Amino acid sequence: MPSTLFEKLWNAHVVHEQAGQPSLLYIDLHLLHEVTSPQAFAGLRAAARGVRRPNLTFATADHNVPTTNRALPIADPIAAIQIETLAQNCREFNIQLFDFNSAEQGIVHVIGPELGLTQPGMTVVCGDSHTSTHGHGAFGALAFGIGTTEVEHVLATQCVPQNKPRTMLIQTKGHLPEGVSAKDLALGIIGQIGTDGATGHVIEYAGEAVCSLSMEGRMTLCNMSIEAGARAGMVAPDDQTFHYLQGRPFAPSGAERDAALAYWQTFKTDPGAAFDQVVEIDAATLEPFVTWGTSPGMVVPISGNVPDPRAGRTAAERGSTERALEYMALAPHTSIENISIDRVFIGSCTNARLEDLRAAARVVNGYRISRSVKAMVVPGSQNVKRAAEAEGIDQVFREAGFEWREPGCSMCLGMKPDILKAGERCASTSNRNFEGRQGRGGRTHLVSPMMAAAAAISGHFTDVRKWEFKE
Amino acid sequence: MIPFRIHSGRVALLDRANVDTDQIVPKQFLKRIERTGFGAFLFHDWRYLPDGEPNPSFSLNHPRYRGASILVTGKNFGCGSSREHAPWALVDFGFRAIIAPSFADIFANNCLKNGLLPVVLGDTQVAKLGARARENEDYEVTVNLEECTVTDSQGFSSVFAIEEFQRQCLLDGLDDIGLTLHLEAEIAAYEIKRPAWIR
Repeated sequence: MPSTLFEKLWNAHVVHEQAGQPSLLYIDLHLLHEVTSPQAFAGLRAAARGVRRPNLTFATADHNVPTTNRALPIADPIAAIQIETLAQNCREFNIQLFDFNSAEQGIVHVIGPELGLTQPGMTVVCGDSHTSTHGHGAFGALAFGIGTTEVEHVLATQCVPQNKPRTMLIQTKGHLPEGVSAKDLALGIIGQIGTDGATGHVIEYAGEAVCSLSMEGRMTLCNMSIEAGARAGMVAPDDQTFHYLQGRPFAPSGAERDAALAYWQTFKTDPGAAFDQVVEIDAATLEPFVTWGTSPGMVVPISGNVPDPRAGRTAAERGSTERALEYMALAPHTSIENISIDRVFIGSCTNARLEDLRAAARVVNGYRISRSVKAMVVPGSQNVKRAAEAEGIDQVFREAGFEWREPGCSMCLGMKPDILKAGERCASTSNRNFEGRQGRGGRTHLVSPMMAAAAAISGHFTDVRKWEFKE
Repeated sequence: MIPFRIHSGRVALLDRANVDTDQIVPKQFLKRIERTGFGAFLFHDWRYLPDGEPNPSFSLNHPRYRGASILVTGKNFGCGSSREHAPWALVDFGFRAIIAPSFADIFANNCLKNGLLPVVLGDTQVAKLGARARENEDYEVTVNLEECTVTDSQGFSSVFAIEEFQRQCLLDGLDDIGLTLHLEAEIAAYEIKRPAWIR
């Protein structure tokens, strides 16, 4: 019987099955960070259990690390304890740690693919909902976020019990127009299906628009799957995937690479395989998107306006729109291009890879940011930062008035001190515009890196498709 | 894990849809390395005004909901971040069950690992429970996991669905890591077959 990519991944990892019980899945790669792991290690110790496969477990510090000068001690003592706790746990259980001073440090979902840890055909978990990034899904891996008790479960057994999710195919038609990026595709999909549109499902993204995305674009797309409620998002691996992996530190090489290639190529959906749901997206008609509310599904094209709560279909929808507009301090029918901003954040596991920074820098090149705007770029990893600096991208941003920071999650989740002040409005390349996400009372609008860059210069949202590039 | 069998308690209504885990426990409280003590931070930015005083307009601060152990709320509760700090905070605050039309996947999973029962009921039933909580002082319901029912003293009675395995784990307060460790032979047999380059 023809099977989907997801079913192949699932079947290849079932260790134990019993009717009426979740399946026990083997985990090929377990990634840890400082926020969701300390309680898991404490649980192991309390039960006198060890880590079954330290060599399949890797850790980095990203959520709480300062993005300013790394030579200084961490100012927040509680954050410092958490980061030190991760280091102690890794030493005690013999786990490789890319510590916050290491040359490989970065956002866990950026460094996994970058180091070649994430490979096609793998199961990948991390105590973090954006594990779908790794696009780990983008490599044709089954990658999903888990809670801390499950982190403990994987540490102890290298397995995790899971109920089999349903499958959803998102079939794109046509190509994304110039100026419309993977981020806009992701926002467009969430706008269409809603923030719970894919709950209980694993999404496979397919079609011309997806195949023609770079690996980094695919990572952005898979990353946002969780914002549509999905357990995971994935793209079938292709030549581009295999090329990306070549020469990466943890990817197979030599004769092993040949064997791996043959294996990797089997991970694709067979013709005629059935999905539980199919959603079609016309990529050619998409525009750059901007969120206006407090959930990623509250999104409109740049040419659009802030919605009128009275247009809501149900009382609940009208109520949540009203509440969101009140929080965001926006009036119905305001043109998106007329919304002024105070801050710009280019970063996060969604949009802080080299390609994202290049795209933003191309917009910024030759301009200065608006006098009323404070803007920062936080590269996704030390590797991204070094590569960008080698190309002179940091100079482009610096000369335009952006701050150029050290890698970490930073203002995506607004761990101090990288936060918005109450009332500040931010164009952000991150993934969540929840109330207070970037700081209590802060107002977040999600956009692509190019759109964030254009907003920084204009002081308000502007259609990057009409941008005058100074090459 | 504390077993869950039959629980009767006061109902609190949080009449919002898509409540994300950033609201349940804001990130400034994620730096702690313990599992305990998160109740103080539950819904922090909604519960407290910027000056630290309780926000009188937030429903959980209403005196009639004091001591509530069952939360009735809108669809897609617990969406967003996978932080298990969210169920830890709800449990620490005193909640034993949450009733909603739907839950985000990771959050529901995390609840089940912490003896906190996510109960899915239809929109109309949830609305009915919400209305009764709003209209009656001291409104209580009984959540019975042995029979998978939610009932009250005014004749409300509804059946809910839950995976049988998860129901058993909750009824017995089972540690499922222990269950997996019993499958050591199968795990070891699987490991031998794994591709060489990822071993």
